[in-house]
Amino acid sequence: MPAERIKFYQTGSFAVGNRLLAPDQRAVQADADRTNSLTMGHRACQGCGEALGARYVLDAVMRAAGSRAVTVNATGCLEVFSTPYPESSWRVAWLHSLFGNAPAVATGVAAALKAKGRTDVRVVGQGGDGGTVDIGMACLSGMFERNDDVLYVCYDNGGYMNTGVQRSGATPHGAVTTTTPAGNSFGQGKSLPLIAMAHRIPYVATATVADLRDLEYKVTKAMGYHGARYLHVLVPCPLGWRTASDETIRIARLATETGIFPVFEAVDGEVTDVTRIRRLRPVVDYLRPQGRFAHLFGDTPSDDLISRIQAEADRTVRTFGLTEPDEVM
Amino acid sequence: MRSQIEGSRAVAETVARCRPEVICAYPISPQTHIVEALSVLVASGRLAPCEFVNVESEFAAMSVAIGASATGARAYTATASQGLLYMAEALFNASGLGLPIVMTVANRAIGAPINIWNDHSDAMSQRDSGWIQLYAESNQEAADLHVQAFRIAEELSLPVMVCMDGFVLTHAVEGVDVPSQEQVDAILPPYRPRQVLDPDAPMTIGAMVGPDAFTEVRYLAHQRHREALTVIPRIADEFAQEFWRSSGGLVRPYGCLGAETVVVALGSVLGTLKDTVDELRAEGLSIGVLGVTTFRPFPSSAVRAVLRGARRVVVLERALAVGMGGIVAADVRGSVPEASIATVIAGLGGRPVTKASLRAMLTDAAAGRLDPLTFLDLKDDVVERELRRTG
Amino acid sequence: MTAVFEIRIHGRGGQGVVTTAELLSVAAFTEGRHAQAFPTFGSERTGAPVVGFCRIGDRPIRTHEPVAEPDALIVQDATLIHHIDVFGGLGDDGYLLINTSCSLAELGLDAFVRRFRPGRVLTVPATELALTHLGRPLPGAVLLGAFAALTGQVRPESVVAVVRERFTGQVAEGNVAAVRAAYDLARATLEEAAHALTD
Repeated sequence: MPAERIKFYQTGSFAVGNRLLAPDQRAVQADADRTNSLTMGHRACQGCGEALGARYVLDAVMRAAGSRAVTVNATGCLEVFSTPYPESSWRVAWLHSLFGNAPAVATGVAAALKAKGRTDVRVVGQGGDGGTVDIGMACLSGMFERNDDVLYVCYDNGGYMNTGVQRSGATPHGAVTTTTPAGNSFGQGKSLPLIAMAHRIPYVATATVADLRDLEYKVTKAMGYHGARYLHVLVPCPLGWRTASDETIRIARLATETGIFPVFEAVDGEVTDVTRIRRLRPVVDYLRPQGRFAHLFGDTPSDDLISRIQAEADRTVRTFGLTEPDEVM
Repeated sequence: MRSQIEGSRAVAETVARCRPEVICAYPISPQTHIVEALSVLVASGRLAPCEFVNVESEFAAMSVAIGASATGARAYTATASQGLLYMAEALFNASGLGLPIVMTVANRAIGAPINIWNDHSDAMSQRDSGWIQLYAESNQEAADLHVQAFRIAEELSLPVMVCMDGFVLTHAVEGVDVPSQEQVDAILPPYRPRQVLDPDAPMTIGAMVGPDAFTEVRYLAHQRHREALTVIPRIADEFAQEFWRSSGGLVRPYGCLGAETVVVALGSVLGTLKDTVDELRAEGLSIGVLGVTTFRPFPSSAVRAVLRGARRVVVLERALAVGMGGIVAADVRGSVPEASIATVIAGLGGRPVTKASLRAMLTDAAAGRLDPLTFLDLKDDVVERELRRTG
Repeated sequence: MTAVFEIRIHGRGGQGVVTTAELLSVAAFTEGRHAQAFPTFGSERTGAPVVGFCRIGDRPIRTHEPVAEPDALIVQDATLIHHIDVFGGLGDDGYLLINTSCSLAELGLDAFVRRFRPGRVLTVPATELALTHLGRPLPGAVLLGAFAALTGQVRPESVVAVVRERFTGQVAEGNVAAVRAAYDLARATLEEAAHALTD
């Protein structure tokens, strides 16, 4: 159970509520001495979920690691918008790998640190869903299987956004992308968190940028383990999802409240905790605000497709017990 | 210490004495004996501190080496053929980032059709990857080149591939003087990275470089390779001083002084060539052999200095640029534009290059009877039949 | 004296042909000579024909081409004789050593071997000797004992030393016993044949 679930909201945002907390319980972001790993000046789009997520993740990593961490970054939006030579907005030791090998390069970094006796330095590998779920899959699985001491973070915005919104293995059912102009097929999906759990690595968790305290908590918890760890973070992309740039956090929250994106933790391959949905909402609440799902609505609505998406969400809710009554009230 | 040892073992023992900190490898014939021997050495604790990572593909192998090298560790891997191609993207990455990784390539053909036997197709296909390429003539040289490779790599901040003929050298048991730890330590100091991933001095490595700066980056890489043309012979000299034998360097001429015909080649075929040329010289032919040890950067001046006086040059290739012809020959021609060059494609896919065939070919060459491009021991009846059949 | 003595060994995968060639090269090495050994390479499936090569000389051996014209041929598995061209390139001056308990006539080779010089053709029941002394049908090292007697290219004690260095315990001693038995048997057979000639 996450400690101290905050039920005090300040002006509609989940991100703060710090001034009324003891200093050691405040968010990393509330700390003026935080690393600010991904500082200002990067070229991300307005409202980019990934930029938000990456900053939170890395600052939490650096706090947990006593500012001793090395980051390996796959090719993708995050890498491209953060390092336009001769500028860089990274304030951490950072290496751009290639597209499909961030986990393997991170393994190399970890091996070198071990050989050099630098067990105090932690390693983070990160990439988008394309670099993780598709082209990086083999390297990720290898890293998991060897249980290399790497925290891998996947920022999932459901497509190859940097190259212009093409479909990836993580693109949701029915979404329009430039390579699925009539809407993505209704496949069986590819749950990297479940695949990670199948490798029985020490810690797997999902999070979104809608609950940034939870994201920080999970990163901090992951850093308490050694071995292979995996964090899957849902990060809306206003450009690719065709949402308003000020809707990023709201859309991410809708993904969790509809059961489309389950938020949970797993240790050694078994689910240990889920974040319950306080008020379950129908999937259309999540789909309607997004231009990439616009074709499901309008004059000829795809009720069939929408019900299938709903059925999938229902199944996820059931599987993870997302609406079971909360023990702590 | 001199011992009768398999080429792969000699290389593994030598690499072990180079104090590698991260070894990662994925198995592929004919490199397997090298990494097997190294994994045993690591497991014995003799190499500590050294991490041996069993990776899931060659792409992962080079990726692990990149991460390790960028973190300041001396990194090593080995591969061949399809494996080299599978890591091709990472090869360019390593050289572009200036990481002094050393890799053994147990030269093998590339499919399709699948062929596990020796030729130079693999390394040749990556000649533009920005890696320094050294070709061993014997197992002694293969072992020696690895020591020099780490020195060259770390001095220049460039990755180096040591090429040794797959099976022909890797699986041959012969006398090799494996360097001692003291000898290697005398010539190979600890790795001091040019730039390193260090939380105490964080830096961004691998930024995105646009049109405004990319050309300059590549120009500087080219200059680094030209600098290698001086560094490599210097290190070979240092090696000779320490070890009392000649290994490495840019080129190795054999009987070229005043020779009318010179045959140029890389790798183990040089041994058979020298035996053949000795016989022919005893019979009165004016013929010499030019071994090219460093293929990248291509030692144009050194090659030119030897071939300038020859009347005829034969380039014996162990790979084929399909649709064009010789690969080494093109570089030789670029270095000696006025030379009369005949290209002979030999030993593709492991077909043995025999003294008998070389005798016949070189006799033709010396008599000016060689066509500009020939395939040694080509089965004419087979190809003619096929060409007739397919019209 | 030729600069290099070349040997070719024929057998099947799993019989230790590669090891035989290697041990021979190490034996020569221990005598201070230059030696080289290597196999034909392939997807080594147990039972498939395998060839091992060895060169022994007094100068460094530069070439790595296969042995096309062996000075000595060792047939470790006699079932290969009429299936593949094991004898290709073996000149009339060459040595021939066959692992078999059959006679040359039984192998259908009595006419064939007439071309060779006296005292250069030998059969040895190496597999049987191995079974007796070692308990396993591995004739390789055993054949090298006979090879030493036949060609004189290596001393039997060199073969023994190499066996002791390569193997341990019972396997080593069993092999050593078999090597010595093969050497003695080969010497005896060759001497008997020589006397028969001069009688």
